[in-house]
Amino acid sequence: MTNGAADSLVSGRKSCWLRFCANRFAVVGLVVFATVLLIALASLPWTTRWYNVQSLDSAVRAAPMTLPAVAFDAYGKALNHGVRSDWPRLDRFAWRATSWMGHDDLGRSLLCRILPATLLSLIIGGCAAFVAVVVGSTWGATAALMGGRVDAMMMRMVDVLYSLPYILMVILMKVAITRPLTSLLDGHAMLAQLIILVVAIGGVSWLTLARVVRGQVLSLRTQPFVEAARANGAGVFYLLRRHILPNVAGPIVIYATLVIPQAILQESFLSFLGIGVQQPIPSLGRLAADGVESVNAFVGFWWLIAFPCGALVVTLIALNFIGDGVRDAIDPKSSQATLI
Amino acid sequence: MIRHLARRLSWAIVTLIAVYVITFFMVVMIPGKPFQQSDRNMPIEVERALRAQYSMDNNWLYFWEFLGGAVRLDFGPSFTYNDWTCTQIVAQALPISATIGILAILVAVLIGVPLGVISASRRNSWVDVSIVSGVLIGISLPTFVSGAALMALFAVAWPILPIGGWGTLWHLPLPVITLSLPFIAYICRLTRMAMLDALSSDYIRTAIAKGVEPRDVLWTHALKVAFLPVLSYVGPATAQAVTGSFVVEKVFGVPGMGQHFVNAALNADAGLIMSTVLVFSVLLISLNFAIDILYAWLDPRITMAY
Repeated sequence: MTNGAADSLVSGRKSCWLRFCANRFAVVGLVVFATVLLIALASLPWTTRWYNVQSLDSAVRAAPMTLPAVAFDAYGKALNHGVRSDWPRLDRFAWRATSWMGHDDLGRSLLCRILPATLLSLIIGGCAAFVAVVVGSTWGATAALMGGRVDAMMMRMVDVLYSLPYILMVILMKVAITRPLTSLLDGHAMLAQLIILVVAIGGVSWLTLARVVRGQVLSLRTQPFVEAARANGAGVFYLLRRHILPNVAGPIVIYATLVIPQAILQESFLSFLGIGVQQPIPSLGRLAADGVESVNAFVGFWWLIAFPCGALVVTLIALNFIGDGVRDAIDPKSSQATLI
Repeated sequence: MIRHLARRLSWAIVTLIAVYVITFFMVVMIPGKPFQQSDRNMPIEVERALRAQYSMDNNWLYFWEFLGGAVRLDFGPSFTYNDWTCTQIVAQALPISATIGILAILVAVLIGVPLGVISASRRNSWVDVSIVSGVLIGISLPTFVSGAALMALFAVAWPILPIGGWGTLWHLPLPVITLSLPFIAYICRLTRMAMLDALSSDYIRTAIAKGVEPRDVLWTHALKVAFLPVLSYVGPATAQAVTGSFVVEKVFGVPGMGQHFVNAALNADAGLIMSTVLVFSVLLISLNFAIDILYAWLDPRITMAY
């Protein structure tokens, strides 16, 4: 065997990665996303302390880059923040940075709210996508493997759920599970709220995946290698783990990367309508909604709408570019046929 | 053909009944007091009497009464909007939402399909790359962001259109364009994929070899096949655009169906929830049915499968 032949035999995973790197948009998306994530994580020590600190100093509302002389916490107690010389350097820098994106109508630093909001939106979107992927692929694979009447019944149920209005299902689900869950998680209202959102969004996003996975498993079932394994006496679980799951992993990953931005979008719509994350916890949709409302009334406060919407759009575009790159990398046939 | 349609029709009716049953159970399960108008708790006797008046004390009876009314398009009274029946609410809001939704889908098809065809025909050129990235941005843009941006541009910075509301033709463009943006992106993407598939098939090569004008190959031969997936997307998309424009309606203050979906669920207004869900489902199912017929007519192979 010559060297050249050995070079061309790169492993499947590596060639996947190479194909991903060849897609410039996807790489840019990945870099932007990683940067956003890193900044949001690194700033957590300050943002968790300051996201709800209010300032009654009306000067801060004039424009971004103005710092309050005195700040108050959520209970109206003066914190007496101003840059103090005895603070560590990093803290002094962080305090100056709070004014970069201006302050909202309660005098809270917008940057200190946008950063954790981005993180929270990503967490909700990621968890909801995870729920959707687990439920959808289990449902689809079970239907395909059971076959016959069970399959028909399960897929008819998916059809019926498709004909229910999406947003109404999310709201009804949220309303239905709020009370039992809040009493179950007594005292952790914030956690209960997040779980409700994740279950509600994930619970309505799995339908498409169930169809995709069922189709894949059905076509796999008749493949010679699966029939051979079954002829050798392999059980359903062995087949599933050894032959079916590795082969449907591709479409599942592709769908998962596309469903994360969709889940974030859903969360932002819900928060925009006032039924998502509740105040004072910030989420990107909530911040954008507040911005849209205040800009309608007072045209001057452009930063309240520009920065939250900007953060949301940049995150979503980056995620969509990554998802696209992943799809092309995993399924090179589709990249031969299409760019998107 | 007839057998195919009969099968689809019977399945549509079964789906509709299932939708009603599921919604009914969810509505009954929802905690909440639909009759309570303020924070004050009403006396238990009053609430019991009200429930009895609307036959809500007996779920089974309520199930059949509502179903019987719904068949005659009588959805009963709304619990939160006094002096309104659900039929009146729907009759007032649906035409508004339908106008915006259908116009948005029309705009989306008229812009998205040509963009997709152009993008596919000049694959990997700068035109294609910019259309493809434009599509990704269109999918990523939440409608409240694009709506606010359009509003800032065309109603505030350059005030040629009203900022919101409903009543004149001038109120139409901004919500319609905002609502159509994501649909333009999806339709463009679908068209592009299907066109690339069609352009690489044998009959196109034959057509080119026979000397058919490239323009005719693209817009007649290839698009005829490539339009089928777009067609099957247009059905659910129209239902979604007609009833699912909550955010757009909120941004532009349009008195459509969207607010009722959200408010009915939040207020536990049982009658209104079920009437909005039924309207949505009937719309979706009948649109899918219509698309099915159109599809079977355009592509006779479909019916052969049955």
